[in-house]
Amino acid sequence: MRPSAARLLNILVPVKRSVDYAVKIRVNPQQTGVDLNVKHSMNPFDEIAVEEAVRLRERLKDGVKSIKAVTIGPPKASETLRTALAMGADSAIHVEIPESAPAPEPLGVAKALHALIQRGDGEGKVDLVIMGKQAIDDDAGQTGQMLAGLLGWGQATFASKVQVDVEKREAVVLREIDGGSEEIRCRLPLVVTTDLRLNEPRYASLPNIMKAKKKPIEKLTAADLGVDFTPRLETLKVTEPPVRVGGGKVESVDELVAKLKDAGFTAA
Amino acid sequence: MDQRRRAIALYKELHRLGREYPDPAYNFHGKMRNLFERNRQLTDPQEIESALKLGEYIKQETLALYALRKYRHLRRMYPPTE
Repeated sequence: MRPSAARLLNILVPVKRSVDYAVKIRVNPQQTGVDLNVKHSMNPFDEIAVEEAVRLRERLKDGVKSIKAVTIGPPKASETLRTALAMGADSAIHVEIPESAPAPEPLGVAKALHALIQRGDGEGKVDLVIMGKQAIDDDAGQTGQMLAGLLGWGQATFASKVQVDVEKREAVVLREIDGGSEEIRCRLPLVVTTDLRLNEPRYASLPNIMKAKKKPIEKLTAADLGVDFTPRLETLKVTEPPVRVGGGKVESVDELVAKLKDAGFTAA
Repeated sequence: MDQRRRAIALYKELHRLGREYPDPAYNFHGKMRNLFERNRQLTDPQEIESALKLGEYIKQETLALYALRKYRHLRRMYPPTE
């Protein structure tokens, strides 16, 4: 049974091709960044976002019209899109940036997504954007919030539970905040960023990966969207944290007090 | 013949999974190949069925291992705020 007057939901899931979680990070010889000649995979928080979109469709059945995955990255990022398609997305958009170009900054990504969402209209209008709260390689955690600001939409960040009511065009989201959680009711359209505790992403089995090869991926460039990805920040130096020195053991309380006095700690 | 197709699909799936095994010293592919080779001459459908079930079980266990490892790592890196 189709929902009566309500328009069906179009969900957009931006994903990022980031350094794989299991990789041992090394600083590159020029000290300008991290060694990127390593294994990459979809950002785990974005996997959770894709999983949530697919679960929403399973829960709302006909309420969800389409799930679109989008990524902004080099040509290799299309593998990440294939993973999203294998997990259950219907189609994908790849905003290609040249291999030699620096990685786009969160503001650039937000502007590109904003331009993409503005393009859609009528039946193709995006109602819900679900994305990871941060990428595990740069840990910026800004894109979702910036996107909501550019669009003028509400934002439900660090979501650990999402419930959508298509008829009423609203969502109830449980957010993880300092000291507990907060439940908010938001009107659609909405930007949601996912926390680790939202769900457990599914494994994309081989038959699904094969099926995903037939799903469409639309290719775009920065020029098509009218967005400039030039970085506004310049990384001056990247260094590893100082090596941890071991602590020392003491034999008695008096020795401990003596050592503390030597270090400069005096009784208040 | 349907069992044959299932066995081949299981082999392909396990092979793909084995690529991401966390311990480089563990010869996942070698062990898997040995297990399949040992059972290649089975003819009784019941025996083949139980062998396929064991293969499925190993696949689920490996998936659980990967999922747990990833979750534990992420939970350590991004702990819940107090």
